[in-house]
Amino acid sequence: MALLRIEHLNRRFGGLQAVSDVSLTLREGAIKAVIGPNGAGKTTLFNLISGALAPTSGEVCFRGKAIQGLRPYRVARLGIARTFQNIKMFAGMTALENVMVGRHVQSRAGFLASMFRLPWCRAEERAIRGKSLELLDFLGIADCAEVEATSLAFGQQRAVELARALALEPALLLLDEPAAGLNIYETAEVGRLIGKIRDLGVTVLLVEHDMSLVMDISDEIAVLSFGQKIAEGVPAVIQRNPEVIKVYLGE
Amino acid sequence: MLRKNLALLPLSGAIIIVQLLTGWTDSVYYLTQLTMAAYYSLLIIGLCLLMGYAGQISLGHAGFFAIGGYLSAALTTRSLVPYQDHFLVRLLESAGCLSAGQDIYGGPLLVVTPWAACIIAILAAVLIAFLLGIPVLKLKGHYLAMATLGFGIIIYRIVLASSYFGEADGISGVPGFNLLPGLSVSGDFATRVENYYIAWGVLLTALLLLRHLIDSRVGRALRAIHGSLEAADAMGVDTARFKLYTFVLSAIFAALAGVLLTHYNGGIGPSEASVMKSVRYVAIVAVGGMANLWGALAMGVILNFLSLRGLFGSYDDAVFGLILILIMLFAPNGILSLNLASWWRRAGLPSRGKEGGGA
Amino acid sequence: MTIELFIQYLAAGITYGSIYAIVAIGFNIIYNTTGIINFAQGEFVMLGGMLSITLLNFLPLPLAIAVAVVLTMAFGAVIEIVFIRWLVNPGVLRMIIITIGISILIREAALHIWGDNVRALPYFIGNEITGIPVLGARVSPQVLWVIGTCSLMVLFLSIFFQATSVGREMRACAANRTAAILCGIDTRNMVTLSFVLSAGIGALAGAVMSPITYTQYDIGTGLAIKGFTVAILGGLGNSMGAVAAGLLLGLIEAFSVSVVPLAFQDAIAIAFLLVILFVRPHGLFGSSAVAGLKEF
Repeated sequence: MALLRIEHLNRRFGGLQAVSDVSLTLREGAIKAVIGPNGAGKTTLFNLISGALAPTSGEVCFRGKAIQGLRPYRVARLGIARTFQNIKMFAGMTALENVMVGRHVQSRAGFLASMFRLPWCRAEERAIRGKSLELLDFLGIADCAEVEATSLAFGQQRAVELARALALEPALLLLDEPAAGLNIYETAEVGRLIGKIRDLGVTVLLVEHDMSLVMDISDEIAVLSFGQKIAEGVPAVIQRNPEVIKVYLGE
Repeated sequence: MLRKNLALLPLSGAIIIVQLLTGWTDSVYYLTQLTMAAYYSLLIIGLCLLMGYAGQISLGHAGFFAIGGYLSAALTTRSLVPYQDHFLVRLLESAGCLSAGQDIYGGPLLVVTPWAACIIAILAAVLIAFLLGIPVLKLKGHYLAMATLGFGIIIYRIVLASSYFGEADGISGVPGFNLLPGLSVSGDFATRVENYYIAWGVLLTALLLLRHLIDSRVGRALRAIHGSLEAADAMGVDTARFKLYTFVLSAIFAALAGVLLTHYNGGIGPSEASVMKSVRYVAIVAVGGMANLWGALAMGVILNFLSLRGLFGSYDDAVFGLILILIMLFAPNGILSLNLASWWRRAGLPSRGKEGGGA
Repeated sequence: MTIELFIQYLAAGITYGSIYAIVAIGFNIIYNTTGIINFAQGEFVMLGGMLSITLLNFLPLPLAIAVAVVLTMAFGAVIEIVFIRWLVNPGVLRMIIITIGISILIREAALHIWGDNVRALPYFIGNEITGIPVLGARVSPQVLWVIGTCSLMVLFLSIFFQATSVGREMRACAANRTAAILCGIDTRNMVTLSFVLSAGIGALAGAVMSPITYTQYDIGTGLAIKGFTVAILGGLGNSMGAVAAGLLLGLIEAFSVSVVPLAFQDAIAIAFLLVILFVRPHGLFGSSAVAGLKEF
């Protein structure tokens, strides 16, 4: 069954049709990439799925339920986590604390329980900490746990952001240009991590510019150009698609 | 986590030592200002949570202080005899929330008991904070500052213009507040030491609760909102709800401070609701370093104590204005963030540790 | 309501309305070049009034006002140079707090210099009881002075911003600071100039209005919050909107006297601000899409 189904999605900004009649399906357990030249509408599509934008028309179905137009925090609670193109670490918090914020939807202590530190609340806090450390370890940055997140190297911040997103225990992970700003070694490392994440059973949808990364790790690729989907298929097919080549290399 | 709270022990020790010292040196009168400073600091650490951790400015917190103080003062002094038959008054009476007595002319007097008045005052603050917070917290920056400032001025105008709240004279003759049998918040000479411990007990309890809060799921969510609203949203944090609850919580702290200080002083005047007071609280939180409860507490006690001692004379407000500017110009992260070691180095003096004197 | 009373309220509404409009335009000028809301804007008005009253002891009235305005303008420049100019990328919260601090210092200094007495300049023509008949009511000539001066200031400012090269450079700063720097405009001096201009128009308004409205060391906060209401209502940064919104608020306030006790008048104006902020934060004439682009 399709985990995510997008049907005839449209988004207009004034006179600009940023996303035009896009339909996609995402199989559970797959890594799917959305590529396309600058201004093709990739990020808009992303924001429409994550709830940062509402579509002009069309439908986004997650596990058979329509989610378009829900606020981002509601979307997150359904099991969709995301990362940001320009990493958004929580300043003034350690890497570990950043990941612990990701456990928000999986825990429930409120104002009163936290202030009076009720016994169940302490147990929950220990569980949050344990799980977060586990995730940092899984992504190979356990030794950064107590360092302030914004002072980490860029590649490490990317890993913290992935750990933070995984802390939600999402069924679907949205990655907005995970290799942006990384050098080739860091990019390869991120590719390896994404593979590990898929092996956990998390479905991944990513937007990316870096062709080598996309061709390497994706099970399927969709190509956008001027807001429209012009091709979809496995990497080997996409690489030979004449229309895709035209979009990328010009006439 | 436990280790962080150990700092409360030396502080408790210091509180006891100060009391003993004033006893030995025959300067018990200092305790009065220290008690008042503790109540103001209660408001200030609540505001610190709102400004430093949730990142929302409020220039109207004197308004919440006044709601607490004025309501409890009015309810415990204004006689309800003329309204005896009103169903609300009857309801209060059947709930045992009224106390009968005689006024100074020997006439019958029917007032609300301090406990009931305190609860009503705090509920009123909660309600107003909710109603104000829902629209106001959608605003940012200048808009939020002006909206909260406007709220503060409205409260000030209302207490200044209503005869129920005593207009320019305020309300005096507020009775003591019997917290427990034998333990009462009042300005009575005989209970000065007792009240000093009550005030500091309340303040330290509040500090402990806030420290717990900051080091919890809720506190992390608040700091995340401050760090990046968008990312916090994507982590499933209902940012609007958390900002609102924090606003309400800080309003409760402010109202409680108003209630207790009013009973301690035996009255309240309109200057407690003035804009200058709100600005002063913001200044103290800023000096303490915004996201620093200990800093807010320390500065709250020190600056309020000095001000109450009359150290700044007629330049009281000017001093707080100057503090505000200097801190924001030279040390926007608070006075404790000034790296004295690097200053010494620049001044050509040797310094010991690399980070010595930093925080 | 009799026609006579109606005219009286109308005149009061327009008088206060033009002052609010001038304060709002002062906010706008600084906001446009810096993105800062200067919380000390109301203090410029107070300084204009107080300085000219003091100077009147040594100088004839027109000269006293002129010198007071120039002094306040110089003061505006000093504030910008001492407190604002050298800050690198200050956040909004920091700027709010600094300008609030400045307003407190000015107010407290005024209290120590002039005391807490209510003061006023004499009427420019005639005295309190002089009146020009308008439809059976009598309107003080000072009202005409206030309205006339404020109108002239608005006219002067629009000519300045449209037709002079310095004015155009300031508008360029407002539109896009980085682009203005790249075009060789010294944006820092433009910021100083915006403080000078705001201080100047505030001070002139403060002097002209003082015979009718009186002045006191602490009138700044009230004027600032109402001027801000007007600036928001007219659309932040939009000076013509500010004029319309200023008159609207002035009239609402004046006519509310017949319904609400005077003591609650400020509360009414501020409640109005809160409602505006909640319902139409982009103002009556602005569009929400444009407001969303501004930094707050």
